[in-house]
Amino acid sequence: MTSLDRADFMRLGSIFAGSLVLGVGPSGCANRSGSAPQASPAAEPEGFKLNAWLVVHPDEKVTVFVAKSEMGQGVATGMPTIVADELDIPFENVLVEFAPAAAAYQDPQFHLQITGGSTSTASSWMPLRTAGASARAMLVAAAAKQWGVEASTLTTKAGSVIDAKNDRTATYGSLAAAAASMPVPAKPVLKTREQFTLIGKVNKRIDTPHKVNGTAKYGIDVRVPGMKFASILYPPVFGAKVVSFDATKAKQVKGVIAVVQVPRGVAVVADNSWAAFQGKAALVVKYDEGPFASADSEHLKTQFLKLASERTGAIPAVQRGAQSVPGRRLAALYFGHPAAHATMEPQNATASVTSDGVEIWAPTQVQTLAQLGAAKIAGVPPEKVKVHTTYLGGGFGRRLYADFTNDAVAVSKAIKAPAQVIWTREDDIQHDWYKPMAANAVSGVLDEHGNVVAMQHTVVMDSIFKPLGFPLPPSGLDSISLDSVINTQYEIANYHAYYVNPNSGVPAGSLRAPGANWNNFVVESFLDELAHAAGKDPLAFRLALLRKNRLATNVLETVAKNAAWGSPAPGTKHGIAFGFWNGTPAATIAEVSMDGATPRVHRAFVVADVGIAVNPTIVRQQLEGATNYGLSLALASKITIKGGAVQEHNFYDYRVLRIDRAPDIHVEVLETTGSPSGVGEIATILIAPAVANAVFALNGKRARVLPFSEAYA
Amino acid sequence: MVSLTINGERHDLDVPDEMPLLWVIRDVVGLTGTKFGCGVAQCGCCTVHVGDSAVRSCVTPVSSVAGKSITTIEALGTSDQPHPLQQAWVDEEVPQCGYCQSGQLMAISGLLKTNQHPTADDLATSITNICRCGTYDRIRKAVARATGGGQTS
Repeated sequence: MTSLDRADFMRLGSIFAGSLVLGVGPSGCANRSGSAPQASPAAEPEGFKLNAWLVVHPDEKVTVFVAKSEMGQGVATGMPTIVADELDIPFENVLVEFAPAAAAYQDPQFHLQITGGSTSTASSWMPLRTAGASARAMLVAAAAKQWGVEASTLTTKAGSVIDAKNDRTATYGSLAAAAASMPVPAKPVLKTREQFTLIGKVNKRIDTPHKVNGTAKYGIDVRVPGMKFASILYPPVFGAKVVSFDATKAKQVKGVIAVVQVPRGVAVVADNSWAAFQGKAALVVKYDEGPFASADSEHLKTQFLKLASERTGAIPAVQRGAQSVPGRRLAALYFGHPAAHATMEPQNATASVTSDGVEIWAPTQVQTLAQLGAAKIAGVPPEKVKVHTTYLGGGFGRRLYADFTNDAVAVSKAIKAPAQVIWTREDDIQHDWYKPMAANAVSGVLDEHGNVVAMQHTVVMDSIFKPLGFPLPPSGLDSISLDSVINTQYEIANYHAYYVNPNSGVPAGSLRAPGANWNNFVVESFLDELAHAAGKDPLAFRLALLRKNRLATNVLETVAKNAAWGSPAPGTKHGIAFGFWNGTPAATIAEVSMDGATPRVHRAFVVADVGIAVNPTIVRQQLEGATNYGLSLALASKITIKGGAVQEHNFYDYRVLRIDRAPDIHVEVLETTGSPSGVGEIATILIAPAVANAVFALNGKRARVLPFSEAYA
Repeated sequence: MVSLTINGERHDLDVPDEMPLLWVIRDVVGLTGTKFGCGVAQCGCCTVHVGDSAVRSCVTPVSSVAGKSITTIEALGTSDQPHPLQQAWVDEEVPQCGYCQSGQLMAISGLLKTNQHPTADDLATSITNICRCGTYDRIRKAVARATGGGQTS
């Protein structure tokens, strides 16, 4: 099924009568499938679904279905903006609803309904423009038929079809019913960049008002009639299994209703979250801890560094030019600890398993896998699983995994009632899919002029692809774990890259700019090492390696100008880093001083060329936020394994950025190509090397380990 | 039985004395604008006002606020008359995922009761709420806007 197969009539009920459907949660979502609405405003305008993406209502409102998850990155505003522009309606007429899990909404790149990789706007750009333009053509066709004129003589503006010659207009709302039976145009005419009225011009977010008054509904806010709250005790050691448990004390906690074993642990079910947490704390469980029980970070670190320097079992990833090149050779070993996502909203999901099927309400980034996982657990076909996506209290890749939705389904199935599984912060820190531990061996050769003529880079990092459910290619190469290494933008004649998959046993995950958030730190730090060894300016050094890449040199030159590169504020030094993520070249300059052993970033200057900014404010927000996210990771965020289990618990020992260390951030957005590229992750990979390079300029200390709390200790 | 007033409405609740105010507000009274983030007073997502003071409701036993007047994000302002910080948050487009923003707004509106013109340094000293989306720079700008200038750096 494609999105434009057939215009289907769809009568839509009360949920569309409100001013904004977005965030209404379970009642609204349930209603779309025909069940009784939980809130019934008096007036219920019908709607006509012109394609999978939009419904035109007689009251001139247009509901746009957003098939991506809103986790702060702004898709709930940006994607409807694209549709509305091609449809030619005022932005005020847009209503937004999150799409259900369905084939029509699967990502064209991943063939899953998934939100990740900074792909949403880029991969939806043409489908959404086409959907808007197609619906517009159908509305024009309906007017042409009604008036008995050629469609080519009509124009549109602000939600109306205009017949200038005969001085008449008809609103989309009045034409919607007729338009729904018009043929779907094979190739609707799209606007030119100059004709856009909303793209690049809308600078507010549709969700902001709800997010400042407590009305935005996240997964944790879902309330379903009869639902219970559940907290699961997961085995602390990775790979461990529950052998037996004693629930006597847990059941004595006021409010605890039941204790049930589920595939991944023991669930305490209660009539409120706190009672479930108390009951969990009172559980006594015996585990078979399995082979990972002896693992610890120090031992893993030694192993990883050995694998990197000896290149044991390495798979060649890039083989360009000569292996051995004469010149001055520099080599370094870098090591990064794992880190957790720590989304602000702890993982949670609500599920209801009945004889009719399964309903899930969740802050998920991967509706398709949530659906498939639920189907398997409940023993129903996937089409019997309805997935309602709420707002996400942060994503950063954590919610690309269906573990927490599967757990909610398992609990609901066990207790035969709707259940919300809610994680404590400790669960969240200790049962993540982590930014993997990594060790990189990197070397470079300088010729007599100080130019880089060769580089070798070996990455030792668990596969990030595999836990996402994607098969690795027969070679075993993981292109995510190698991001920023295999797709380097630098032109180096002799370049060799290798991958070693250590299969460490620590759950490896996709964390904002996965792979690249570590590898680019190594690349950009080591380039700085080479530049200093060559006695060259780090900016000029990079420009020379990118001289054929105009987009790249442009972001570097622009950021240098904005930051006044070479003239840092008194008491500070500048560090620079370049990066490339999902089509977007970007660069950051950090202005840094030291507070004892801790870098203080006073200002960060970021420039990114995003092709075209659908909503410039949201693009800026993402570049600012990713800068702070990357800085947070770099400063002190560290996961330590001991006895096969994570030693950090909560924000007192898993440290993240707060306002006291958050820099002022200056952003400039370039829009060269006119076609959108990835925005949400790129800045994450720039700030750590920019800061490290500034610290080197300050005091000559080179950070070859992350986080900085360990590097500068 | 504990009696307390939340957003002007009195509630008589049969809950354990030690139950944190957060869970009373969310799971018993049913107001979900106040968020759970850490449970140990580290992140500030759960901040509410007890009287004029911003407190972290996740570590506040409900019995300790018996008889007190509690304000949550739902009553910080109204749609007709938003709190100046709420308006500034909209004007500066502060929220991204938005999950921490109830707590940010309650914490900073609490600060304003004793310091009407907080500087960036004041925020750095007094506000320890975590935002994982990293909206801190916009928060500083929005506070400056709402409090009539102030410095942003």
